[in-house]
Amino acid sequence: MSHASATGAAAAPATSLLTRTGLLAGALVLVLAVAMLVGLRFGLLLAIGLGFGLVLEGYRFGFAGPWRRLIREGDPTGTVAQLVSIAVVALVAFPLLASSGGELIGAHAPVGFAMIGGAFVFGACMQVVMGCGSGTLVNSGSGNPVSLLALPFFALGSFFGADHLLWWTGFGTLPTVVFEGTLGLLITLAALASVAAVLMWRAAPEQRSIPRRYWIAALLLAGLAVLNLVVAGQPWGVVYGLGLWAAKGATVLGADLSGSSFWGTPGNMERLGDSLLTDVTSLTNLGIIGGAFLVAAWRGGFSQGLPKLPARAWVATVIAGFLLGYSSRLAFGCNVGAFFSGISTGSLHGWAWFVAAFGGAFYGVKLRPWLGLEARS
Amino acid sequence: MRTRKLTAGLTLAFVLGLLILDQAQSGPVNRFQQPAAIAWGSNESAGGAHCAALPQ
Repeated sequence: MSHASATGAAAAPATSLLTRTGLLAGALVLVLAVAMLVGLRFGLLLAIGLGFGLVLEGYRFGFAGPWRRLIREGDPTGTVAQLVSIAVVALVAFPLLASSGGELIGAHAPVGFAMIGGAFVFGACMQVVMGCGSGTLVNSGSGNPVSLLALPFFALGSFFGADHLLWWTGFGTLPTVVFEGTLGLLITLAALASVAAVLMWRAAPEQRSIPRRYWIAALLLAGLAVLNLVVAGQPWGVVYGLGLWAAKGATVLGADLSGSSFWGTPGNMERLGDSLLTDVTSLTNLGIIGGAFLVAAWRGGFSQGLPKLPARAWVATVIAGFLLGYSSRLAFGCNVGAFFSGISTGSLHGWAWFVAAFGGAFYGVKLRPWLGLEARS
Repeated sequence: MRTRKLTAGLTLAFVLGLLILDQAQSGPVNRFQQPAAIAWGSNESAGGAHCAALPQ
């Protein structure tokens, strides 16, 4: 997903046919085992998660990287491909949600002060570690040490952010605004097209051609997101599952979460006691890691050397990882749950997230060299 | 020189550790009380375990 992994993978030796067959067989066995031992829906969700990981790592498509290229180089192609993917999901999700009678729900949340602030911080931090919600999972799966270190702190941040969520929403939150029906879909598509048109219009002529791999990735991602909605009954998300992982860890260590305004609610207490293999976002998260691992192993990408970073870069990674998790809970989602799934299911908060996170990303891009995560120019 | 084999191995260890921890902490899965394979058309309400959902 990152440029570093792309270059490393290109120079890596090819893996043998036996290894590749083993990788595919292993993934298939895992999916079948979950389907048979836990339930068919859960096996399907793990397969969908693997698909997300395969597409994101396989086509080197993501969210943080394209935003960085837009900010630094004026290259809008990756960001426009994201908007195309969101539009395709919206085309299917809007009618599905309108006719589902409660079987399917959108990623709908209110806009508020904490939500906007959270999105801004998330946008900055995802540029610092070069990994958003899905990107941190993908990069961990492909052996990126920065994302691997950020991941457990992302989970911890998500746990604490969820725990404090109601305190933060108390600072001021508007009623949830959702674009619905044909008019809502037209508004959403028109807004997506307008943003894409402005980005293309501002770009240099040679930067206006979207690479073929972006088109393929955008369409495959949209197809998987629709499958996620249809199978799970809810849109693609990342952050809830990460917080649940940390909440389970806290429970094992003896914490009593029954008094938490978030984790102590009946639905969350039930999930805390259930297997992670029955939690929608945990399954797709694990699948994303697995899919990226499979692609990296397939390409021989694990022979790439580890970077030598200064101590402050690792400290920054820990802090940014925690803030990614914490801020995304206040923002009612990350690039996946709020931006991708929020906009594609008609939630106004997805648009507010986009604007605020993009503002934060400007500062994150500037911060990254100062924190030792890349050479200063 | 250390390679990503090390970190990829640590990622697998992280996932494996998570699943072992989960097994120790969570109740057994009831195979006979599972949701429909596909939520759409199942007549079941969506669960709502999503990052956009307020606590319920």
